[in-house]
Amino acid sequence: MAAPLLKVQGVSKHFGGFTALSEVSLAITPGERFGLIGPNGSGKTTLINCISGSLRHDSGSIEFEGQEISGLPAYRRTRKGIARSFQIPRPFRSMSVLENLLVPYEYVVHLKQSDAEQQAMEILRRIGLAEKALAQSNQLSQVELRKLELARAMAAKPRLLISDEAMAGLSGSEVDEVLKILFSLNAEGITIIMIEHIMQAVMRFSQRVICLDAGKIICEGAPAAIVANPDVQRAYLGA
Amino acid sequence: MVFSFDLLFEALLFGVLLGCFYAAVSIGLSVSFGLLDVPHVAHPAVMVLGSYFTYVLAGYGLDPIVAGVVLMPAFFVLGILIYRFYYETFEKRGSEAAVRGLAFFFGLAFIIEVGLILGFGVDQRTVHATYIGSSLSVGDYRLPYRMLVAFGVAMILTFSLTLYLSKTFTGRAIKAVAQDEPALRLMGANPVAIKQWAFGIATGVSALAGAMLIIVGPVEPAMDRVYIGRTFCVVVLAGLGSMTGTLAAGLILGIAESIVLMMTGASWAPAVAFGLLLVVLGIRPQGLFGR
Amino acid sequence: MKYSLGAAAVVVIAFLTALSGVNEYFFYAAFVVLQFMVLATAWNILGGYAGYVNFGTAAFFAIGSYTAVVLFKWLGAPLAVQIAAAAAVSGLLGFGVGLLTLRLRGIFFAIATVAIIFIMETVMMNWRYVGGATGLQLLRPDVLQPFASYTRMLFFVMALLAVIAVSVARYVQISWIGRGLRAIRDSEEAAECSGVPTLKLKLFACTVSGALMGAAGAPMPMYLSFIEPASSFSLNYSVSALAMPMIGGTVHWLGPVLGALLLASIQQIVTVTISSEINVLVIGVLLVLFVVFAPDGVLGLFKKLWPRRS
Repeated sequence: MAAPLLKVQGVSKHFGGFTALSEVSLAITPGERFGLIGPNGSGKTTLINCISGSLRHDSGSIEFEGQEISGLPAYRRTRKGIARSFQIPRPFRSMSVLENLLVPYEYVVHLKQSDAEQQAMEILRRIGLAEKALAQSNQLSQVELRKLELARAMAAKPRLLISDEAMAGLSGSEVDEVLKILFSLNAEGITIIMIEHIMQAVMRFSQRVICLDAGKIICEGAPAAIVANPDVQRAYLGA
Repeated sequence: MVFSFDLLFEALLFGVLLGCFYAAVSIGLSVSFGLLDVPHVAHPAVMVLGSYFTYVLAGYGLDPIVAGVVLMPAFFVLGILIYRFYYETFEKRGSEAAVRGLAFFFGLAFIIEVGLILGFGVDQRTVHATYIGSSLSVGDYRLPYRMLVAFGVAMILTFSLTLYLSKTFTGRAIKAVAQDEPALRLMGANPVAIKQWAFGIATGVSALAGAMLIIVGPVEPAMDRVYIGRTFCVVVLAGLGSMTGTLAAGLILGIAESIVLMMTGASWAPAVAFGLLLVVLGIRPQGLFGR
Repeated sequence: MKYSLGAAAVVVIAFLTALSGVNEYFFYAAFVVLQFMVLATAWNILGGYAGYVNFGTAAFFAIGSYTAVVLFKWLGAPLAVQIAAAAAVSGLLGFGVGLLTLRLRGIFFAIATVAIIFIMETVMMNWRYVGGATGLQLLRPDVLQPFASYTRMLFFVMALLAVIAVSVARYVQISWIGRGLRAIRDSEEAAECSGVPTLKLKLFACTVSGALMGAAGAPMPMYLSFIEPASSFSLNYSVSALAMPMIGGTVHWLGPVLGALLLASIQQIVTVTISSEINVLVIGVLLVLFVVFAPDGVLGLFKKLWPRRS
């Protein structure tokens, strides 16, 4: 079996008296399409924050490509190859759509501006934002903001891309659009972790799914098995 | 340096009284900044405003504490207006307005200070009451009555507010809005209305704090600057959002300042709060009981 | 290229003006305006570009002044050395404060800068060597050729400092550093996740900002032939350094320059015609008005009235 790209072992995170994550362990193989589901407040975004470095976990270890990354600040982890999109889009509002992508190009990939602009336009074409390249990012619609989040993560040329509820509130055809992009990214060899509530997207996309509830992993396996699992159904419908 | 345990003990006693006073003047900030996350650097300035209004009312013969209580409803309304304005102009617009919110309160503090200078001049103002000027003798030690009065009012204020926040429905809603605003919204409560109410209470409390300020000593318009240090030191040392921590933090600051006062005189004492604040920010920014 | 020519032209014009027959009072006044220009520009590097508000400009400025005094008294150092040392010390102070608090939220950095003013002022008031609370009289050395008076020379030095400060700000603004700072200001978390080393960039901006403020403070003791804590640490420096960029515009290096010119002029008029207390009130009111109604400053208003294609 190939060495895992990302290995999370026994990770816990507390906020004061509240336990957001409790002894979470998982391993993701290179090239995998991985789904992460769970009801609101189960700790999905906290887990992502601990992996990306936005938060420091309290105990346990996180290894990326065989290296312990627990002590690294988020920008170092991004430079190592972990990129993420944010659940609530956080564009760089004072910048145009194109400029938003120049930031990771300059700081992660270290390209000259002219090369960076070229490659950024390619990403925008691929994701369907090319006409809006020079528009102020604070004037985009919700869908476009979601796409910008993904585009900005793509610009960091990651080996692991974490998509945090990129499809929330999108219509059926928009979900298909985003799924197509994620599939094509995966075809290029990028490992993808998808956090979603839209079950049909998770089912179609993931090769393996983990379900979180109250900071603990309650189930792990193939999508069909997970969805049929009674613990998972109970977690979503409430005790 | 002659070191005497008597002096130290008296400094400790004075420090306890001073500390409770500092806790009381900081409790408004504990709510507005600690719980509501409003960058209210104008809090001490509003308090000093309360001191001056107390001075004016005392000029009509009102006892300072009574004056402070009388001012509370007016300051409650003032607080609501300030929060409303802050919310509409800055908080609603998101984080890029954070700089502007901070600059706004800085400007507000400055305007209050200069306004007071224009209205009252830069000289110090004091009030007179029967309990100001004399001391209680306890054994070999002398405790100024004005400090005891401030201590008493401070304790009442702190405990009432803490009880209010933990026992009443509105109080608990205020604490809830600090921790989990979306959950509160789901329960049907209006977070903005709650925050507004809380800020009003915090400002109303500042009126009484201002009255105590002028009881404890003379006031001048620039006093808000040193109190930025003292109040933020207490709130940060306590840990944002902790009411009981405010008392503990106040005591620590009061005793530290009192001891420094005893050892080096009045020139270094004002810097203690700022120094302690920097130490806390450097070593343990979440404070003693932070969330 | 255009900028370099313009900057060189300004330096030459300043030099020629200093040698001309212009009324001596002009140099006294222009020195102050140029000084505020440096302070406002320096403030904006951290406050405008990165979004971290510094309330403690007075401290960095005053420490620059006191460093100059120490070097002058102890070593008889020439003005250039005084300025360099002042920049180094205030830059170090900026680095220290930044290291302590820039990891935390913006308001903690802001409060820490207030703490620095207090602590530094207290230290200076108790330090006999620099005059303590009562201050120190200073004897100006001989003026260097070709300047006719010391004030004229100081005017030219401050003009030079202003050009340097604006050039530094401009470089930061248009370089990749500037984009990183803007990303931090717009969304620090997203910036960090986009590979921006946020703490390092903030520290850089804070250090450079502090250094420039210190440099602005260094000529002050010679300008006044006197130094004392109360006026050196005056809150007016902190408020002005904040108000000028916020009123002029924080996005572009022109903003602080415009703000300084505007506000310094208003200050002169109001102080002379009404009073100095009202003058200080006017700054505060203008600051609040602009922050509320015209957050992009005068530059922003220009953009709205005369929009150009970007």
